[in-house]
Amino acid sequence: MSIKAIEVRNLRKVFRKRFGFFKSEAKEEVALRDVSFEVALGETYGLLGPNGSGKSTLIRVLSTLLRPDGGEVRILGHRLPEGEREVRRQIGRISVDAAFYKKLSARENLLYSAYLYGLRPDFAERRALAILEQLGMESRKFSVPLEEMSRGMQQKIAITRALLVNPPLLLLDEPTTGLDPKSRRDVQSFLEELRRREGTTILLTTHDMAEAERLCARIGFLAHGRLAAEGTAAALKAQSGAATLEDAFLAFSGEGLRDMPVQEEEVEEV
Amino acid sequence: MMRRAIQIAGPSFPVSQRPRPNAMRHTARQVWGFVFRDYHLTRRYMSWVVVFTFYAVVNSATIALIGVAARDYQLTLTLAIGVVLWGFLSTLFNEISNSISYERWEGTLEYTFMAPVSRLVHLFGVGLFATFYSIVRMAIILGGLMLFLDLNLKGANLAGFLIVLLVGSLAFIGLGVMAACLPVFSPERGAEATNIMQGTLLLVSGIYYPVEILPRWLQPFAALSPATYVLSASRKLFGIGNEASTPEHLAGASLSAVIPELLVLTLMGIILIPLGLWIFSLVEAWAKRTGKLKRTG
Repeated sequence: MSIKAIEVRNLRKVFRKRFGFFKSEAKEEVALRDVSFEVALGETYGLLGPNGSGKSTLIRVLSTLLRPDGGEVRILGHRLPEGEREVRRQIGRISVDAAFYKKLSARENLLYSAYLYGLRPDFAERRALAILEQLGMESRKFSVPLEEMSRGMQQKIAITRALLVNPPLLLLDEPTTGLDPKSRRDVQSFLEELRRREGTTILLTTHDMAEAERLCARIGFLAHGRLAAEGTAAALKAQSGAATLEDAFLAFSGEGLRDMPVQEEEVEEV
Repeated sequence: MMRRAIQIAGPSFPVSQRPRPNAMRHTARQVWGFVFRDYHLTRRYMSWVVVFTFYAVVNSATIALIGVAARDYQLTLTLAIGVVLWGFLSTLFNEISNSISYERWEGTLEYTFMAPVSRLVHLFGVGLFATFYSIVRMAIILGGLMLFLDLNLKGANLAGFLIVLLVGSLAFIGLGVMAACLPVFSPERGAEATNIMQGTLLLVSGIYYPVEILPRWLQPFAALSPATYVLSASRKLFGIGNEASTPEHLAGASLSAVIPELLVLTLMGIILIPLGLWIFSLVEAWAKRTGKLKRTG
């Protein structure tokens, strides 16, 4: 049996929000309900869903940052949480908010990350500059503090950080949200090239239908923590009889992609 | 449109098939990563470092000058050693205990916890920089005090003092690791609790006075604070309380005279560091169940 990049079986994650004077009462919010899917090695898989549908929670579980309450997760053959040490060596993650030490320069942030992965600094610096060049960023920006960079530039640094170790699996949580059209195209082209040349497996969450259709071999619709449907973009549209992916999502989940049923930020605060 | 090929330096075969780097070198780089980060963060916040250090020097001088006003050399020395030591220990404790708060505020905590770094290596790296930074800051405070006080340290056992500081640091690193867990629960409440912990240590450790003058019910707590033993040993090494000491020449004790304190501090370090790491691992597991590693603030 061949190893899958991602295997998720009946994944369940519940957050308990405590309230009341002594926080004695608790309310449960189910973020993920029996989610099951697989991603093959080298495949780009897209997860579409509105805010609060569980996309970021799912990415956090796969990144070893959240422990599930039920189900099974295997990353590159390693079961979580037992194999999380090995998994961490093999994944890169980019989140919607480019989290960096804003006072430090791109070089300092990237070298810090490189050291944590045990990379030689000279090797890491060369590699970082090569990636940034491919992403259309000038090398002179390398020494500029992150706080002086635009969101698009920060996101390119975040992509570089995730790729420093050349991970076989990339987990991308809305990597192009908030980027200008040019930066978005740069990032999308880069991801296409990366998958083609390096065979990197990519799990991508996005709100952008065009981006999902362009980059993803298969797409899963996530609504209220449940995987409502999955397949190629063409198959999803054909099955639902919809003209667009957004209409297909509506047909399968009964809600629009821009609906915001539950704020994930709210759910995760306990 | 012609596609540009990605030509990224480095290996393109899967990580799992790559040769494992030398384990020692790999770990040394990870430790250095935290030192590198904290050094550059300190450099970038240099104006605040200067302001806080200036305040610490002035605050230390105002405390030590009480001894000068009382025309009591032994009291001046007691207060000076107290402020210098507390400056060192509190900085060390703060740097380690706040390391997680900083990361939660910056939003980088998830990335640090996602990296293939053991918590021991992580906190050792943070502790290493904190120790170095605290020693430099202590030296500056001591130098600043010299501008205000006519301190003659001739006869003091300075080498022994340094050994006591380093051994005492282990226990404080352990306490700092325990306090570092608190901001995982809540950055704001965690910072508040950390300050209460630090204040309690200041109160019970007899920084500026002998612990015997504390209310009887508080005195058992003094025995639990590593600062009590660092202070006790340091006073002996500077000849404080020794009748043979004069303002011109201190009768500093030899290292063998402070072996009991060194043994207690070593034992505290042996207990507190693994205990701190164990508590940290429990809190980390809890944070992963409840989603508390996310950015806050």
